[in-house]
Amino acid sequence: MSSIHNPYLPEIGTVIKIIDETPNIKSFQVVLNNPEKMKNFTFEPGQVGQLSLFGVGESTFVINSPPTRMDYLQFSVMKAGEVTSALHELAEGDQIGVRAPLGNWFPYAQMKGKQILFIGGGIGLAPLRTLILFMLDQRADYGDITIIYGARTPNDLCYKDELKEWEERSDVNMILTVDNEFPGWDKRVGLVPNVLKEVAPSPENTVAITCGPPIMIKFTLQALSELKFKDDQIITTLEKRMKCGIGICGRCNIGTMYVCKDGPVFSLTQLNELPAEL
Amino acid sequence: MADTGFLPKENLPALLEALSKKFAVFAPVLDGEVVLFKRFAPGATLCLTRPANLPPKGIIFPQSETLFNFNFKKDPEDPKKTSLELKENLDFVPTIIFGSRPCDAQGFRIYDRVYLETDTADPYYKGRREKTTIITLACNAPSPGCFCTSVGRGPAESDGSDLMMTELGKGYFFEPMTEKGKEIFKDSLFEDGSAYKEQAQKAHERVSALVKKPFAILEGTPEKLLSLFENSQFWEGETAKCISCGACTYLCPTCYCFNITDEQVGNSGERIRSWDACMFFHFTLEASSHNPRQNKHQRLKNRVGHKFSYYPKKYQGVIACCGCGRCIRYCPMSVDISEIVAHAQGA
Repeated sequence: MSSIHNPYLPEIGTVIKIIDETPNIKSFQVVLNNPEKMKNFTFEPGQVGQLSLFGVGESTFVINSPPTRMDYLQFSVMKAGEVTSALHELAEGDQIGVRAPLGNWFPYAQMKGKQILFIGGGIGLAPLRTLILFMLDQRADYGDITIIYGARTPNDLCYKDELKEWEERSDVNMILTVDNEFPGWDKRVGLVPNVLKEVAPSPENTVAITCGPPIMIKFTLQALSELKFKDDQIITTLEKRMKCGIGICGRCNIGTMYVCKDGPVFSLTQLNELPAEL
Repeated sequence: MADTGFLPKENLPALLEALSKKFAVFAPVLDGEVVLFKRFAPGATLCLTRPANLPPKGIIFPQSETLFNFNFKKDPEDPKKTSLELKENLDFVPTIIFGSRPCDAQGFRIYDRVYLETDTADPYYKGRREKTTIITLACNAPSPGCFCTSVGRGPAESDGSDLMMTELGKGYFFEPMTEKGKEIFKDSLFEDGSAYKEQAQKAHERVSALVKKPFAILEGTPEKLLSLFENSQFWEGETAKCISCGACTYLCPTCYCFNITDEQVGNSGERIRSWDACMFFHFTLEASSHNPRQNKHQRLKNRVGHKFSYYPKKYQGVIACCGCGRCIRYCPMSVDISEIVAHAQGA
């Protein structure tokens, strides 16, 4: 290969483990084939990568394992389009292309010493998972950690083993909810924004980080505002159709900002300065 | 060697033939009824009397190009085991774009900020750009729809060009603008041009005054467009005629969006980059079926917004439109971007 850095050329990796999270979400643990590159791979929580299936194409996913656990890179994929459907056909041991890390990250340095409120829905827990595990690995740096997470049904909750672990931890306030009553479900029932209002966490010295489907985000932002959270206390991570991943190809822009390069992480203050084109 | 040169018209083919020995030379030639940049071959009929229908952008940023090849190899010992090989090609040949217009050459300057002057430079664009010399012909008359002077440029603007030429009666006046341009200028076919400098200057001024001015100043336009962002009534009105065909983007010397797709036959294939257009519904369509720009007025708003608001906000006020007028001349529905900007200024 040439000595010029080619940002379009993926590294080849091997899928070492596949986890069935929900009926339509799988997690893939990937190790780069070049041991030197894997050893030197660094990233920040919230950064994304492009996964390649050669002959099918590329799609963008957040690296949802934290930089504090570098045995592999984990990506969770909801089956939705061409590339994600092909990814769901993979078997352990298969080869995959990786272009990562791309984009910006959660401003965790500014969150030290603060209470942290995670609000996630469905596959939207993936980017939050990176930061949750990152913070739990450096637990003393942060104040109270509250996680409000919901999905349509109990089967649609991701990372079920970890949810259980977090529920059992005394230093995490874990609140799980599903949209409707479900046989055998004894936890909360209700949409995430409504549960957020019921729990009513204090905005005092708190940062709220949210990710989920657009409709959940919309009402979560309203709920946070009702709870007197200020815009600069609210952080979200966005998704758009992406191709190049380096701010050139032109499809993921919101005004002057490219979600792939200037994002995907934005504070509500930043988003409010951009044209309304989500 | 003189600072400027003069080349009698009858010597032009000889110059291009000489350059063709060292470079891949692309020049505007008549192909049926359209003027296109094509690889120059001796005997080719050049057409320098009007701007090419398609700008020369594809010479540096091809309409379609291979980013890399991939190859799956089966292990003969264990056929279940497959290894994967990727191969990129970043070798590019020395190239000359001859007879581009100032607007065309400036298009590459718009690209440079995005493709080169960033922490993740595009190696394909960079490779071709660095190996390409641009010889630009100053316009001696505006074409229908041209409005270069309104976007802070002009029919003899040299930014982006390595060597400028101006048609003066029986020949062309040449002025090198860069080291690359000086290299070309060394050719012995050139006569001393110093006697023609003033004449060229006057020609430039004359043409500049003839270019139409749909708007006088652009100051405040980026902000004005942003303030109209949620005024869908304005945008729906301005784009009512648009059929989202995307021709404007393909003909535009500053449009640079692309798509990346894979093609595979048997065990090998290519990852390909192709021009794409923000006019298309699929451009921003997500797998979930959500589309942030599902209506045509949102898409045309993005095209106008990118050129007259987002890009200038990002790059020190530089407008990402060269005023070449192609999108106006060739739009099947007569959508006029200069009119939209003028309306926005007055809205």
